[in-house]
Amino acid sequence: MSEPYTIIIGLEVHVQLDTRSKMFCGCSTAFGAPPNTQTCPVCIGMPGALPVMNRRAFELALKTAVALNCEIPRFTKWDRKNYYYPDLPKGYQISQFDLPLSQDGYLPISDPKGRFEPKRIGIIRAHLEEDAGKSMHDEAAGVADSRIDLNRCGTPLLEIVSQPDMRSPAEAKAYLTELKLLLNYLGVSDCNMQEGSLRVDANINLHIDTPEGTVATPIVEVKNMNSFRAVERALECEVRRQYELWQQTGQKLGDVPKQTRGWDEASQTTRPQRSKEESSDYRYFPEPDLVPVTTTEEQVERIRRSLGELPAALRSRLQESYGITPYDADVLVNQGRNLVDYYIELAEGCGDGKLASNWVQQDVLRTLGEQQIEIAEFPAPATALARLLDMVRAGKITTSRGREVLAEMITSGKSAEEVIKDMGIEQVDDSALQDLCRELIEASPKVVAQVKQGRQKAVGALIGQAKKKNPNVNPARVREICLELIGNGH
Amino acid sequence: MAISREQIEKVSLLGRLLLSEEELDKMTGQLGRILGYVDLLAEVDTEQVEPMAHALDVSDVFRDDEVRPSLDREQALASAPNRDDECYLVPAVLGEL
Repeated sequence: MSEPYTIIIGLEVHVQLDTRSKMFCGCSTAFGAPPNTQTCPVCIGMPGALPVMNRRAFELALKTAVALNCEIPRFTKWDRKNYYYPDLPKGYQISQFDLPLSQDGYLPISDPKGRFEPKRIGIIRAHLEEDAGKSMHDEAAGVADSRIDLNRCGTPLLEIVSQPDMRSPAEAKAYLTELKLLLNYLGVSDCNMQEGSLRVDANINLHIDTPEGTVATPIVEVKNMNSFRAVERALECEVRRQYELWQQTGQKLGDVPKQTRGWDEASQTTRPQRSKEESSDYRYFPEPDLVPVTTTEEQVERIRRSLGELPAALRSRLQESYGITPYDADVLVNQGRNLVDYYIELAEGCGDGKLASNWVQQDVLRTLGEQQIEIAEFPAPATALARLLDMVRAGKITTSRGREVLAEMITSGKSAEEVIKDMGIEQVDDSALQDLCRELIEASPKVVAQVKQGRQKAVGALIGQAKKKNPNVNPARVREICLELIGNGH
Repeated sequence: MAISREQIEKVSLLGRLLLSEEELDKMTGQLGRILGYVDLLAEVDTEQVEPMAHALDVSDVFRDDEVRPSLDREQALASAPNRDDECYLVPAVLGEL
């Protein structure tokens, strides 16, 4: 971190809102339909067609804005953003210019691994706009025409613009991860980057310390990043590129027009794209076909009360109520509300939050990953797993035996008790264990001598032998008994 | 407010209008006169008047989030100057430099 510059990053995120129909018409927003089967005169811009606002799109946008701690103005309106592109049949996009539905919010981010201090990322504004269509160009066909599919035209998007508050690619990734999680908890979007439900553009430059003071490099907008990992890599790459370019050319902010660069996954570099038109070139003007929308104080309050427990609050609660670390709380919360509910039921059921957290993170999450299933489809209900953990806690069965039992519960769908009976696992009673240990100690004078010399680790050999004789023994208890017996002069 | 010939050139480019030299001159004059006429409005004192967002005194018009039938694809593509079975065809746009 001794680099002679500060990294300045701001992010623009477009989120497709989870509505059944488009923003201004009744066409379906379902992904993956055959091209040009979900369009109508409104969304393909036929003369005389009139848009009508989708109530749910507006409500989802408002809900998100409130969760992002934004100010909600009492009055908002629509504007036309004019530009020509083949995937924009009307020749303008309906968006919001000077009176967006929300502004001046923030999203707190933190890193459980401590790579950066917890901080608030400012939100400049979150506004609604409609999506454009999709152009497809077959590279192999050379100079052939581009094919245009207008199914996506008019799909509601929420554009969330952050302040340039992020100081590293890791912070940018953390902001995106937290934002996506929030959107998931709110249920406003599926946030599927592969299907384009969440798109990220980044603005980045460097403030370089020089003997003559701080110098800012030209701001670059980076596009075409298809995962949060790609965002992080693209920004890391851009930091190096801008610093090297500044060393070579000395170019400062204002010396050259703002540049747009695209991330190229194959070469892991950014490449120049068409330069960005000036904002005024979009010739925004009020959309005459749509009337303004007003929002009341009561409405905002109602939305605030309906938000439910959001990720940040949930993390604190899990730490406080179940005694788990910030890191563990983060892992659990990041898996989504359903997994957290499973965890809470398990922790309540077995009375040990840490043990429950370990088992969820190791065994449950691994199974979900391997079987590609959601927690709702997990074969062992939290109450059943809780009974198993009860037995593990009480020392009735060992952790490793417990794992085998869970694996069998998952395969067979049986309860912990049934599986234990089927597998012939029996609790080894303490006096039998005492006898076993005494037998082993008498047969291993070497181990006894080592332990007496203070090498307690040597007792491990006895534990191994005990497990061979009876796989059901509890190794911790064997260790305890052996050390006690050796200490007593056997 | 007069409008310059450069502004007309810029606006015609943004509007994808290819204007001849004569047309540019003609537009500069015509648009200048229109803007001059609109400038008359500047004489009114609007200090206490809130900017108008819409000509109608109506707000909060919504529809429910319900899917309605879309156009049949053949209908949608019917007027396209160029098309294939599924899509509109347009000259390739070079997005990258």
